[in-house]
Amino acid sequence: MKNKNLISITDFSKEEQLHLLDVAEEFAKNPRQRILADKVVATLFFEPSTRTRLSFESAANQLGARIIGFSDASNSSVTKGETLKDTILMVSNYADLIVMRHPREGSARYASEVAKVPVINAGDGANQHPTQCLLDLYSIRKTQGRLDKLDIAFVGDLKYGRTVHSLAQALCNFDCTFHFVSPAELKMPSYVKQTVKDHHLEYHQYTELSDVIPFADIIYMTRVQRERFADPMEYERVKNSCILNKAMLKGCKESMKILHPLPRVNEIATDVDNTPYAYYFQQAHNGVFVRQALMSLILGAKE
Amino acid sequence: MVKKELIVSALENGTVIDHIASKEVFRVLHLLNLEKCEETVYMGSNLESQKLGRKGIIKVANRYFAPEELNKIALVSPNATVIEIRNFEVVKKTKVELPSQVKGIVKCMNPNCITNHETIETNFNVVSGDEVKLKCHFCEKFTTKDNMEFC
Ligand SMILES: [Zn+2]
Repeated sequence: MKNKNLISITDFSKEEQLHLLDVAEEFAKNPRQRILADKVVATLFFEPSTRTRLSFESAANQLGARIIGFSDASNSSVTKGETLKDTILMVSNYADLIVMRHPREGSARYASEVAKVPVINAGDGANQHPTQCLLDLYSIRKTQGRLDKLDIAFVGDLKYGRTVHSLAQALCNFDCTFHFVSPAELKMPSYVKQTVKDHHLEYHQYTELSDVIPFADIIYMTRVQRERFADPMEYERVKNSCILNKAMLKGCKESMKILHPLPRVNEIATDVDNTPYAYYFQQAHNGVFVRQALMSLILGAKE
Repeated sequence: MVKKELIVSALENGTVIDHIASKEVFRVLHLLNLEKCEETVYMGSNLESQKLGRKGIIKVANRYFAPEELNKIALVSPNATVIEIRNFEVVKKTKVELPSQVKGIVKCMNPNCITNHETIETNFNVVSGDEVKLKCHFCEKFTTKDNMEFC
């Protein structure tokens, strides 16, 4: 994977993804390895995302890399009017690796074609956020011991949620059964369902979260935003159908885990946090190991 | 049929693009950059056709086109046929073919795509199917025939 870009999860083959998860597991056991001490990592956040930036920077720091960059284009030295191309070319001179987040879709792919160093996409508008997808895969494998033959429920805003699109597509490599729970207005888009069909896998659609609780191995929760509804009455009507609380978990599989890309608002009641099923905080922590693995592999510090 | 023969035979040298989807004649003119053509250009739309019901036709005197140019027509009119005329005779008749990649002709329909905000040549992979679909190389969104605009 040396010198590869990661813009979209499909840039890595199934084998590469699995290898990366193995390396991430090594970092989980031994996170402080100063194997990038001679490297400079640039984190270019053209829009703020504190959570993602801190995760990348923590990962880079624990590897001994030095970090340059900015956390918000509006108060950085990136002057208004400078093209993305010029910024990327300039930063290419100063860093061995670029991690970037940008509000426009396609910006990361474009940057990777302009840059002289590898680029990791930390989110390009509503398009891709592949490290989120990798940490989700990591969390599923870690909690279930495998990625194959699992019943995975996706819950909430499945129409606009890019994380669920990428994750569902990535899981198509692993013989899973998909359960899509959402209000009718926010159903999984047809291109994702088509990918599932193309892999000869099954999906089922629901409007009530309680329907999938008895058999799900993973419940992947996402937020349903009021702004997504043309009719506010409709939002009021459906908003509770995708909210999870402790009482609903009676009868779920003992090994079931609840994931969420965070931040959560109210879709997971706080009384779930102390149950053995809550995994969303560990999931976020796993992101550091996955990003350590990714940066080490791309920079050739791990094979 | 008689009408078609007349149009074709009226051309001594040049290209006839036939069986264009009727509504698409103007987009085909644009795709071939014929607004700026110095030669005689005839066009017809809403002509009767056995194959399409209604069709459009364009003929251009003294001009021949490279396959890459002609294949752009397939984006809006996949059934179009191209006839080369030399000395009043049909010397070649071909169907347009959808290219596998489209660079710099079509605009990405996604307003938030980076190609609509920086000077970047657009680039699409053509997804074949019942409907022509272009997948943006950058933002990965689909542009279809109905929302296709040209650069
Ligand atoms: Zn695009």
